[in-house]
Amino acid sequence: MTVYKYDQYDHAMVQARVEDFRDQTRRRIAGQMTDDQFKPLRLKNGLYLQLHAYMLRIAIPYGTLNSTQLRKLAQIARKYDRGYGHFTTRQNLQFHWIKLEDAPDILGELAEVEMHCIQTSGESIRNISADHYAGAAADEIMDPRPWAETLRQMTTFMPEFSYLPRKFKIAVIAAEEDRAAMRWHDFGLRIVKNPNDDGAGEIGFEVYPGGGMGRTPFIAYKSSDFVPQHQILSYLQAVLRVWNRNARRDNIHKQRMKILVHELGEEEFTRQVEEEFRHILTLGTDFPQAEYDRIAGYFTPPPFEGGLPDEIDRSDPDFAVWVDQQVAPHKAPGYAIANISLKAQGVTGGDITAEQMEIVADLAERYSFDELRVAHTQNLVLPHVRKQDLYAIWQTLREAGLADANLDLVTDIIACPGLDYCTLANARSLPVAQQIAARFADPERQRDMGELKIKISGCINACGHHHAGHIGILGVDRKGTENYQLLLGGSGAEDVSQAKITGPGFDEAGIVDAVERAIERYREIRDPGERFLDTYRRVGMDGFKEAIYG
Amino acid sequence: MVETLRFRDDPVPDEPAVSLDAFLDQSNANSVRLEAGDDVRRLGPVLERVRLVEIDFPKFRDGRGFSSARVLREMGYTGEIKATGDVLVDLIYFMRRCGFDSFAPNVPLNPADVESVLNRYPHVYQHAADDTVPIWKLRHPDLADG
Repeated sequence: MTVYKYDQYDHAMVQARVEDFRDQTRRRIAGQMTDDQFKPLRLKNGLYLQLHAYMLRIAIPYGTLNSTQLRKLAQIARKYDRGYGHFTTRQNLQFHWIKLEDAPDILGELAEVEMHCIQTSGESIRNISADHYAGAAADEIMDPRPWAETLRQMTTFMPEFSYLPRKFKIAVIAAEEDRAAMRWHDFGLRIVKNPNDDGAGEIGFEVYPGGGMGRTPFIAYKSSDFVPQHQILSYLQAVLRVWNRNARRDNIHKQRMKILVHELGEEEFTRQVEEEFRHILTLGTDFPQAEYDRIAGYFTPPPFEGGLPDEIDRSDPDFAVWVDQQVAPHKAPGYAIANISLKAQGVTGGDITAEQMEIVADLAERYSFDELRVAHTQNLVLPHVRKQDLYAIWQTLREAGLADANLDLVTDIIACPGLDYCTLANARSLPVAQQIAARFADPERQRDMGELKIKISGCINACGHHHAGHIGILGVDRKGTENYQLLLGGSGAEDVSQAKITGPGFDEAGIVDAVERAIERYREIRDPGERFLDTYRRVGMDGFKEAIYG
Repeated sequence: MVETLRFRDDPVPDEPAVSLDAFLDQSNANSVRLEAGDDVRRLGPVLERVRLVEIDFPKFRDGRGFSSARVLREMGYTGEIKATGDVLVDLIYFMRRCGFDSFAPNVPLNPADVESVLNRYPHVYQHAADDTVPIWKLRHPDLADG
């Protein structure tokens, strides 16, 4: 068993939520509630009213799915949507063409496969994300998902935090390398061994509160080097309470926790949290080892075979290219992590058709111990595959249009839905992403540029993570026309940094040219082995400005 | 429709609630009204004479009052905590768990809706100010209180 299974209690809670929402929807359709009154209720359940229809966001806790769940999502896509879904930057899945009257039935179908939409939007503790290589990565100290699942349960319907000032996002990792953009979250956790117990190896958490993108970006700071593992719920409650009691409530744009941290200062915020933490510890609300052990028992490693060949037959050159780009080292000999690109030319990044979902589900069932992951980069992962099966997997993916070899390359773009779908957007993101991808379609040219993360947001809310892009693009509305600002130097990884604006913005055609000029400049001046980001950090904005603006 | 809901058996305090500043100034008052931004911990030193705390919700999105009620109960207060203002029926269940035991919303409540909301969830995942046993404890009936 490698993923959590609901017991009678989990089933009862999710089922109750379905009935809760069915009742609320009935009252709305019967006219007993206006949309204004219904809005906060539907938002607690991932249902947004967008430009054309309702959008339903389904939680995929810590980005882990099994084949049964993905097949159910495919069925829902066909039955209630337009035959496809969209994976998000927080490892969730969205359907964009939902009818309000269908939403309760969809929740009912999701509950059958242990899925839900609880707290996937609104001013709530959102679905908890984690390293998408969890349980497979060669560099992790443990699988972070048992902690993510424990926190998922403890933060579900937490009464004191029924109306937080704004949304609250948690990420959990357990490796030095940060594959989850942990420090761009409101509450980032890195599982570590106690640095002060002389190697005894006590497990606990480094805590990073106060990060977030949006219109006022902040990178989370470290408030504690070590919170012992069984005190983490108390620490989380302390952070939430300090924020809930002290945040502004008069301006929705200044209510995220990062703003309070900034206004109080890191030192004072930490002091208040520690004071509250000491108090909450005395209440005895943390859960016992036995419950953690019960949950962790679901995440025991799959039965890896011993004695498997560790070599990959690279005689097919196209396959070899895919292996080099998409396959990552696994902790078990003879196994590998296979990344599936959802960033093919001409498609919307993160989109996947019902047919593709079923093909990937089959692959997971047959080759990856029935496990799948969603990456925050809007790609999919088969976490535990035998190296000897990679060729067969690649062949199947290629037939399904899912075998692009562009992981972390210039065409592996994160883009928000933008003005094509979203009521908040000022500009379109998807066409810009597609034009950039087309400009750099040549695979050899892409590989020559190396790791280059482009992230595009259609407005300052930054859903496309432009602050964290090696190259970021921000769509704004300038005198009624779409205009795009260019940013350089951001990172969501362990070398986290915030991108800076290059200068005046561009129109839609101009931004694609500007990106190309910045990249060509990098190719001229890079030192051997330097990524775009490294070159930018070495030469600074001045090294790029003239090339971009002439 | 009902104007108020009360989940207590003791007599209703009949003295009008005064502001936190006024309450701290008057040594004989026993009903206090907290605005959303008031620091409930200022009541700590005078808790013994408090019989009613009204906590106002100026708009339902302002959730500070949930923490105020929790902190009051954590300080050992056992008197009445009344939610006033923009109290939505769908939030009453969570307010009950935070220690509120009476409600006087701006808009009267439909008792059938209240009944259904209060009984909707069969279990809870975590401790709060009420005595509902969390799921993790139900899963480990052999464990002593922890």
